[in-house]
Amino acid sequence: MERMSFDLAQVPLREVNTFLHKDAPARGVRQVVVTNPDGAHNIAVGLDCPVEVEVHGHAGYYAGGMNKTGTVTIFGSAGTGVAENMMSGRVHVKGFASNGAGASMHGGLLVIDGDAGLRCGISLKGGDIVVGGSVGSFSAFMAQAGRMVICGDAGDALGDSLYEAVLYVRGNIKSLGADAQIEPMTEADFATVKELLTAAGMQHDPHDFKRVASARNLYHWNADADQEY
Amino acid sequence: MCGIVGLLVKKPALRPRLGELMVPMLIGMTERGPDSAGLAVFTEPLGEDARKISLYSGMSEEGADFNWLGLGHELKEHLGVEAKIVAQGNHAILTAAIAPEPVKRWIKERYPKLHILSTGRSIDLYKDIGTPAEVAARYAFSGLAGSHLVGHTRMATESAVTPDRAHPFTAGEDFCLVHNGSLSNPYGVRRMLEPHGIRFETDNDTEAACRFLEWRLREGDDLETALQKGFEALDGFYTFLMGTADKLALIRDPFACKPAVVAETDDYVAIASEFRSLAHLPGIQHATVFEPAPEEMYVWNA
Repeated sequence: MERMSFDLAQVPLREVNTFLHKDAPARGVRQVVVTNPDGAHNIAVGLDCPVEVEVHGHAGYYAGGMNKTGTVTIFGSAGTGVAENMMSGRVHVKGFASNGAGASMHGGLLVIDGDAGLRCGISLKGGDIVVGGSVGSFSAFMAQAGRMVICGDAGDALGDSLYEAVLYVRGNIKSLGADAQIEPMTEADFATVKELLTAAGMQHDPHDFKRVASARNLYHWNADADQEY
Repeated sequence: MCGIVGLLVKKPALRPRLGELMVPMLIGMTERGPDSAGLAVFTEPLGEDARKISLYSGMSEEGADFNWLGLGHELKEHLGVEAKIVAQGNHAILTAAIAPEPVKRWIKERYPKLHILSTGRSIDLYKDIGTPAEVAARYAFSGLAGSHLVGHTRMATESAVTPDRAHPFTAGEDFCLVHNGSLSNPYGVRRMLEPHGIRFETDNDTEAACRFLEWRLREGDDLETALQKGFEALDGFYTFLMGTADKLALIRDPFACKPAVVAETDDYVAIASEFRSLAHLPGIQHATVFEPAPEEMYVWNA
């Protein structure tokens, strides 16, 4: 299996992404290593072939965004919008992630070993996010589908205006957003948490997690609510 | 957009290299702020009774040909002030053992188009329009020495691209502020401050934040208390980085709308909008890198 390395201190990012989009599928390259990312934006975005990309260092904005078939591992931190709009595949951040991690994801698995910033999983449309640390405020805002496992704490307004995504939180929740509520864990929930923790390579007791889901009170217009929810 | 950089060196031996370490940080933020750039550097303070004033002649008719020598002669003639003036094109640092207010008043009357950039015992300030690389070369930023500095690259959104609207903004003495973001209530803040006799030089939203915080400090608040009042009074998006004679301070709005990342080693604390601007720093591989939390105060002592 051919393995390619790119040093971003020497090669422009566009060359790396062009290789990943055109040459890697044509030549059957399955492993690509990127060194000296130095916070560059858009590393390994839009992967559309089964390639494994290792990024050694800190990535900038939108790393692994729009991923479809790739596996991206960042041995460092990730900037704003890591795995934004991922369709499928896997993105793993070994360090911390900035704001908007996994925003608008449709599928796949995003694993963040450290903390995630604000608005993690905002407008989640599917797929799974597992955060080893804590998430910032407004995480899972308007999340429509998919699952999030948060091993640490959650900030303010978790799951505000939540649709059908389900969140599992191990630590403290500073505050729940409008229409988000804590619900009892079922056997299916314990199994889900176990499955996702295993997929992420993390070890916690599923019984330590709380389930947060939509109370569905915002689904229907209530003329008597007088705009007070 | 806009880019913010800050650097504080912990070891005196690194002070001569402050500018050299910072220039790639500033240039790294060019895409976030290509229209203007500036920085405030804090040096070894002058004695109790001495002050230095950074001046900019780029908005006068003479521009870079401004007669700085003549200014020195006139100061002596009219005010009896013996000032040392170190000039470089459209920029000069005037140093004298004086109370600064009468000198500044005289300059404003005699040379209304000369822009007073900063006043203090420690601060030197440079700002101008142009790309960060152009501005850095124009004022030889790489040769600057000091204990800490605050820099900015601007992409204007709230007011015109002019040298006086570039950052850092200053108010009072040995205080400056740079801003990434946009305030939604700068005129409310101005209307609140103006009855206190505080005068504004531009229509820029950042100037309102700068003068508000300096006013609180002057009223006796310590930096932390002033910043807490800033959280309450200032509405909008912001990452603010502030410099005083002996401190760097950083705050982000409650929504963390604008980015910031910090890298700390035994040698330095470096702050930037994005990691791109920190990647070149020596020993960065082993630095503690973190993202400052929203609505928290981060203060580092020089």
